[in-house]
Amino acid sequence: MKGIISGAAAILIVSFILLFANYQLENRQGHVGKDTITVYNWGEYIDPDLLKQFEEQEGIKVIYETFDSNEGMMGKIEQGGTSYDISIPSEYAVQMMEERNLLLPLDFSKIPNFRNIDPYFTDLPFDPNNKYSIPYFWGTVGIAYNPTLLDGQTFESWESLWDASLRQKLILVDSAREVLGVSLNSLGYSLNSTSLQELKEATDKLETMGPNVKAVIGDEVTQLMINNEASVALTWSGQAADMISENEEIDYIVPKEGSNLWFDNIVIPKTAANIEGAYKFINFMLDPEIAAQNAEYVGYSTPNVAALSFMDEEIIKDERFYPDEEAREHLEVYENLGLETLGVYNELFLKFKMGLR
Amino acid sequence: MKNNPFRLIYAVPYAVWMLLFVLAPILVVVYYSFFDLSGNLTLGNYRNFFSSVYFKLTMSSFWYAFLITFFSLVISYPTAYFLTKTKHKQLWLLLIIIPSWINLLLKTYAFIGLMGLYGPINAFLETIGIGNQQILFTDFSFVFVSVYIFIPFMILPIFNSLDKINPALLDASKDLGANSWMTFKRVIWPMTIDGVKSGVQVVFIPALSLFMITRLIAGNKVITLGTAIEQQFLVTQNWGMGSTIAVFLIIFMFLIMVLTSGKERGAPTNGKVK
Amino acid sequence: MGKLSSLPRIYLAVVFLILYTPIFYLIYYSFNSGGGMSDFESFTWEHYQAVFQDTRLLIIVMNTIIIALLSALLSTAIGVIGALAIYFMRNKSMRQAVLSLNNILIVSPDVIIGASFLILFTLIGVKLGFASVLISHIAFSIPIVVIMVLPKLQEMSTSLVDAALDLGASRKDVLTRVVLPYIKPGIFAGFFLALTYSLDDFAVTFFVTGNGFSTLSVEIYSMARTGITLTINALSGLIFVITMILVLGYYAIGNRTKSPIQGVKR
Repeated sequence: MKGIISGAAAILIVSFILLFANYQLENRQGHVGKDTITVYNWGEYIDPDLLKQFEEQEGIKVIYETFDSNEGMMGKIEQGGTSYDISIPSEYAVQMMEERNLLLPLDFSKIPNFRNIDPYFTDLPFDPNNKYSIPYFWGTVGIAYNPTLLDGQTFESWESLWDASLRQKLILVDSAREVLGVSLNSLGYSLNSTSLQELKEATDKLETMGPNVKAVIGDEVTQLMINNEASVALTWSGQAADMISENEEIDYIVPKEGSNLWFDNIVIPKTAANIEGAYKFINFMLDPEIAAQNAEYVGYSTPNVAALSFMDEEIIKDERFYPDEEAREHLEVYENLGLETLGVYNELFLKFKMGLR
Repeated sequence: MKNNPFRLIYAVPYAVWMLLFVLAPILVVVYYSFFDLSGNLTLGNYRNFFSSVYFKLTMSSFWYAFLITFFSLVISYPTAYFLTKTKHKQLWLLLIIIPSWINLLLKTYAFIGLMGLYGPINAFLETIGIGNQQILFTDFSFVFVSVYIFIPFMILPIFNSLDKINPALLDASKDLGANSWMTFKRVIWPMTIDGVKSGVQVVFIPALSLFMITRLIAGNKVITLGTAIEQQFLVTQNWGMGSTIAVFLIIFMFLIMVLTSGKERGAPTNGKVK
Repeated sequence: MGKLSSLPRIYLAVVFLILYTPIFYLIYYSFNSGGGMSDFESFTWEHYQAVFQDTRLLIIVMNTIIIALLSALLSTAIGVIGALAIYFMRNKSMRQAVLSLNNILIVSPDVIIGASFLILFTLIGVKLGFASVLISHIAFSIPIVVIMVLPKLQEMSTSLVDAALDLGASRKDVLTRVVLPYIKPGIFAGFFLALTYSLDDFAVTFFVTGNGFSTLSVEIYSMARTGITLTINALSGLIFVITMILVLGYYAIGNRTKSPIQGVKR
C-alpha cells in the first residue's frame, strides 16, 4: 500500500513541476493573454519563419494547430468549442463547408494583396467569385516514376498503368476519387461523373489493373519512391515535387487524357474569434515575397503570380509543376458530388481493394 | 454480505464513467445506425452490412485477428515464463513495455525502412543466400508488425499469473512423478488460464479494429472492420453505415467475452457466498 | 531463481532484440545529416539542436507527458475501483454484462470514440483543450486497468478476505491491508498499459483537443502529408534515453533500499 501511495504522490509532483515549466515556457512565448490568431493547417504546410515574421510585424501571436484530413478538420469546426481563425481546406472541402455554413464570406477591401493571385485561379466553380476562399497552393494528379527501375516504360497515357510489365510495381493513393479517376480518365469520362453505368464500367476496368498493384497507401509513398523502394506511383504533384527534390532520378508526368486540378485554399471558418487578425494574416501570406518564400519552403505550386518573379527560375520554368495554359486545358477540378455519390465511389473503391492480393 | 468489504458508494466514479463514456456513446452509435445519409429512418444500413463486401470484410477481419492473437500468445507465453525466472524480473518486464511508449507511427515508419527492399532484413537475407524478398505489403509483414504491437499486452497478464505460482507446487508435482509436460498441463496452464484470457481479450478485440497498420504495412491488401468504420466516418461521412458496422463490432465483442469467460475460479460466487 | 539455461536466454534475447530494433533504427537515423530515414550521409547533432530550439515542440512534449502521467494515474484509481466492484458483484450474469460494457472502449475504433466524446463535451460545455483531452484519456484507459486487475482479484482466495474479517479487521483495513497489496502487480500492469494507451493515442486526442493544446501524436500524424522530419526522430531518441535512465535509476535505488525486506519475505 505504501508503495502505491508514494508512487502516486511522485507522479503528481512530477506532473505539477511539468505543468509549471510549461506555463513558464508559454509565457515566454507570449501565448498568454495577448492579441492572438489560431491557424489550423496541415502539418509542415507553412514556413515557420513566416509565422515569426508575422508576429513581429503585426504584433499578433500565432497559435498553430494541425490536422491530417479535410474531414477531420471539418468535424472539429462544425462541432465548435474552439476558435480557429484560419484554415486551409481542399477545394471540395470548401464547397462542403460552405453548404454547412461553416465559412465566413471574405471582405476583399481588407485583402488588397488578392490582386497578386493569377486570375486563372480565381472564380473557380467550387467557389464562384472567391466568396469564401483564396487559393493557397495548387497542383495536379499524375504518375511519379523512376525510369532507372523500369525497362523504358513511359507514361504518356493512363493506359500504360495496365501494362503487364508493371506487375506488382504500382503504388496507388488511398483515395477513391483519384484511383477511380484513372479509370474514368482513360475511358474518356468526366472525373465528376455521377452516372452509375460509367462508374461501373470504370470499376470493372480498374479491377483488371489489380495484379499490377503493389500497395494502396497514403503519404508514405514519398519515402518509398525516394528510397527506390517503389518504381511507379499515382500521386499528387506536391508529393512528386518532394520526391524529386530528394531523388533526382524520379520524373513526374500528367497523362495526356487529362487529370485532376486541385487546390488548397485559405478560408476564415465561422469559429473565428479574431477576424481582423485573420485578414491581416491572409493579406500577409499573399504578399509576393512572402508567398515566394513559403512556396520554396513547402515545394508546392503557388497561384501567386506576383510571387513567381521572386522565385528560382528553375522552379517556375518546370512544366511538370507549372504547366502552361494549353496543358491545363485537360485538367478538371473536382466538384462536390454530394455524400450519396461519394458513398458510391468509396464502396466501389472498397470492393476494388478487397480484391487485391 | 458479511464478507463483502466493498461498499457500493466507492463504485460511484466507475459508474459515472460507464454512464457517460460507455453507455451514452453506445446509445448514440445505435441511434445513428438507423439513419441514412439524408436523415431518414431506415434499416438499409443493416441490410447493406450483410451484402457481400462487408460480410467478406468481417470474415477476413476475424481471420487476421485470430492469426495475430495466436502468434502473440505463442510468442508471449514462453517469454513471460522465462521472465519470471530471471533475477530482476520486474525490471525486465518494464523493459518489455518501454518500446510501446515510442510513437506508433514512427515505429511503423521504421518498420517500413527495416523491411524495405534495401533494408537491413533484406541485406541479411541476401548474405545468407535466400535473396531479396518483397516483405512489405504482405500478410506476413502485417501479422508480424501487429504481433509486435500487441506483445506487451499479452505478456503482462500472463506474467502476473505465472509469477504468483508457488514454486513448492511445482516441486510437489515433480516429486509425485509428473514429467515437465504433465506439470505444465495439469498445474501451470490451469493456474494461468485467467491471465491468458485477459491477454486474449486485450489482443483479439483491438485486432479486429486495427487501422493505419493495414495501410502502412499491408498496403490496404488487408482491410479490417476498424478500417472500414474509419473510412465510413471520415471519408464517406456516412455516419449511419459507420455506426452500423460499429454495432456489429460491439456485438462480436460481447460474443467473444461470453466465449472466453467460461468458468471463473476463485470469484466469490464459487466460493463461500451463497 | 536467477538461473536460466542457455535456450531460454537466447529466446529472451531474440524477443528483446525484435522489440528494440525499430527504436534503434529511428535513433540511428536521427544522426543522419541527410533528409530522411535512408542513406545515412554523415553524422550530425543538428536534429538534436533543432529539438531544443523549437519551443512549441517542447511544450507539446511536456503536455504529452503530463497528460499521460495524470490520465494513467487517475484511470488506474478508477479502474481498480471498477475491478473491485465487478469482483464483489454477486449476480454472475450482471457481472458478465458489466465486464462486457467495460470492454467496449477497447474494441471501438478511435474515430467513434473521438467523435462521440467530442459531441459529449460540446453538449456539456467543456472547453476543448487540456481538460477535455485529460478526461478522454482517463476514459479510454479505464477498461485496460480493469482487465489487468481483475484476474489478480480472481486468483485471490476468498478465505483471505473472510479470515481477515473474522479476525476483526475493519472493511477499510481489509481493502488496504489485504486486497490492495495482493493485486499490486495487476495495478502496476494497468498503470503502465494506461500510460501506453495515452502516449499512443492520436485519433481521440485529435477530436477533443483545441485552443492551441496539442500532443506529440497529433503533431506527428499531421506531419505525415509533407513528411516527418528527423527532429522528431531526435526527440524520440531523447525521450527513449531519458526513460531508460529514469527506469534503470529508479530500479537501482528501489532495489538497494528494498532488498533487505524482500530477503525476509522470501
